[in-house]
Amino acid sequence: MSQVLMAHGGGGELTRQLLVERVLPRLANPLLNPLLDSAILERPSGRVCLTTDSFVVQPLFFPGGDIGRLAVCGTVNDLTCLGARPLGLSLALILEEGLELETLERVIDSLARTAEEAGVPIITGDTKVIERQRGDGILINTTGIGVLPEGLDLRPARINAGDLVILTGVPAEHGLAILSVREGLGFETALASDAAPLNGLAAPLLALPGLRFMRDPTRGGVAGVLADLVEETGLSVEIEERALPLSPIVRHASEMLGLDPLNVANEGKLVIVIAPADASTALARLRAHPLGRHAAIIGQIKPSTPPLAELITAIGGRRIIQRPMAEATPRIC
Amino acid sequence: MKATLDALQRDAEGLGELRLMEVCGTHTVALFRTGVRDLLPSNVRLISGPGCPVCVTSQGYIDAAIEAAASGEVTLCTYGDMLRVPGQRGSLEALKARGARVVVCYSIRDALKYAQAHPKEQVMFLAVGFETTTPASALAVLEAARLGLERFTILSGHKLVMPAIEALLADPQADLHGFLLPGHVSVILGASPYRPLVDEHGLACVIAGFEPQQLIDGVARLVAQIKAGAPALENVYRAAVRPDGNPHARAITQQVFVAEDTEWRAMGVIPNSGLALRDEYAHFDAFKRFSLSLGADYDPPGCLCGQVIQGRVQPPQCPHFGKGCTLTQPIGPCMVSSEGTCAAWFKYARRA
Repeated sequence: MSQVLMAHGGGGELTRQLLVERVLPRLANPLLNPLLDSAILERPSGRVCLTTDSFVVQPLFFPGGDIGRLAVCGTVNDLTCLGARPLGLSLALILEEGLELETLERVIDSLARTAEEAGVPIITGDTKVIERQRGDGILINTTGIGVLPEGLDLRPARINAGDLVILTGVPAEHGLAILSVREGLGFETALASDAAPLNGLAAPLLALPGLRFMRDPTRGGVAGVLADLVEETGLSVEIEERALPLSPIVRHASEMLGLDPLNVANEGKLVIVIAPADASTALARLRAHPLGRHAAIIGQIKPSTPPLAELITAIGGRRIIQRPMAEATPRIC
Repeated sequence: MKATLDALQRDAEGLGELRLMEVCGTHTVALFRTGVRDLLPSNVRLISGPGCPVCVTSQGYIDAAIEAAASGEVTLCTYGDMLRVPGQRGSLEALKARGARVVVCYSIRDALKYAQAHPKEQVMFLAVGFETTTPASALAVLEAARLGLERFTILSGHKLVMPAIEALLADPQADLHGFLLPGHVSVILGASPYRPLVDEHGLACVIAGFEPQQLIDGVARLVAQIKAGAPALENVYRAAVRPDGNPHARAITQQVFVAEDTEWRAMGVIPNSGLALRDEYAHFDAFKRFSLSLGADYDPPGCLCGQVIQGRVQPPQCPHFGKGCTLTQPIGPCMVSSEGTCAAWFKYARRA
């Protein structure tokens, strides 16, 4: 038997076998191991944060990551953005009948490695099987629970004109890597997804009183977060194109595809808003972390009516930045 | 770059309004995205012409494509940009959501791959685009013939740039001083086809690429020509555009396609401005295979896309722009396409 059968989701002996032989040994930890109907956590001090995210990606494996790695990073990063310390994740697997068990094992291995990297255990889970053709091989949902230290309040309402905007690294790597494998564009060896858990990167910033806001620029790209900022604060934001930490490969690939790197997805970056007084400390702490080596101050919050996100282009022109309408697609000509 | 901009500023001074047209959707977007438009002298006016492949496609073609997808007979492969263009019966996107087989492709190669992987399906590719995309379509048809793909067809909506420019200039109201000529198209065509624009129409002409320096150089040379009263055909994109273009790509296109009279959105039928499959390749012609014909061309009520693509109206002059017609609820193709003039204005220049 090398493929997922409908019976693997039936709740009987095959389900138990699948879990015991292929899934649980890879994820083992004291909170998961009792296999009760719910995980039991000690009551943490501080407020509790809860977030959920579902993962559907094709192909399942891509340079720099896979659906398992994404499933951990996405949820850990959503907790991280509020300043919460992730305590654990739930893992719901929806498997398509006919999926190679070896593929499942690779995904779970990656998920386990990423959970370990993040220091966040998988504490409860569920597995279902759906008929062939009804899914994309594997669909994953993870829900994360975290604890928010007392006194920490990262919300757009705390942003002031004059605050600085930091991007923690090269944008667009995830979206371009996915496109490159889907399309066989030949950048495969050079472009890798940035998928990474960011709780370690963000932790040293939480003590800075000037830290206002963090958000991970996933599907809507950096442009999406900037548009959020404008809408949620009623202030303007001005970004310097020259300050953007673009790599040559991202530049080249975006240009070839006719895409704006600001509109392309990231899975391992943060957009941070911080008071000027703390900006250089924050930048130094970010750059000291392997995931933040290319962190840069890319712009500033401005008072202005109407509220707009604007880019000062490399040649000194101005143009508007908007949330992309849908997933960025390459141009026709 | 500063020096070029300063020279451009000096040259443009006192010349009155200079009306320069770009006829490439990628130029339109790049001029906004790089901020070049924002830096030009106030009397230099850039006008977008019929350069967005989706926008110039007649409504009849869109409706024929939607009809084909709705029939359930075919799997329709299309560039993403075509998906949301509204037709008489809604858009392909809406049909797809209702279960029609519509596959979004990034290139015609994807459609070919799909056809190989699904030999039982009739796979129809919506082949739109100018001289840059036609060689790829021609190659795909040759490849389909070599592979013996019985059920692969293309619905050719391919168009040629020069006949459209000529048609625009035939309008006595066309009041243009020069053309910023398309970099990508010129990689294939070379420079010589544009000769009549200088020799017969006395217009300034510069072929330019898409980087800010290229765009500024292009506009600066246009203005310098106009100031000197010496229209010429210049190429500032020498790194990519050779004088004779890419003869090999043109030969492949000619082997598979033949020029025919074609209807453009709002511009009517322009002689020899489109490409149809030659009889030898009729087998791959979706019009013939499925007896499709093009219905009437029309603009959605109140939509000025037809005027916008001819440079007669700028997007903010359209009563729908930014009100009824937005990126999320587009009324016409110029707002749908990522290369559309309205989309570019909406994304990069709408400050209210």
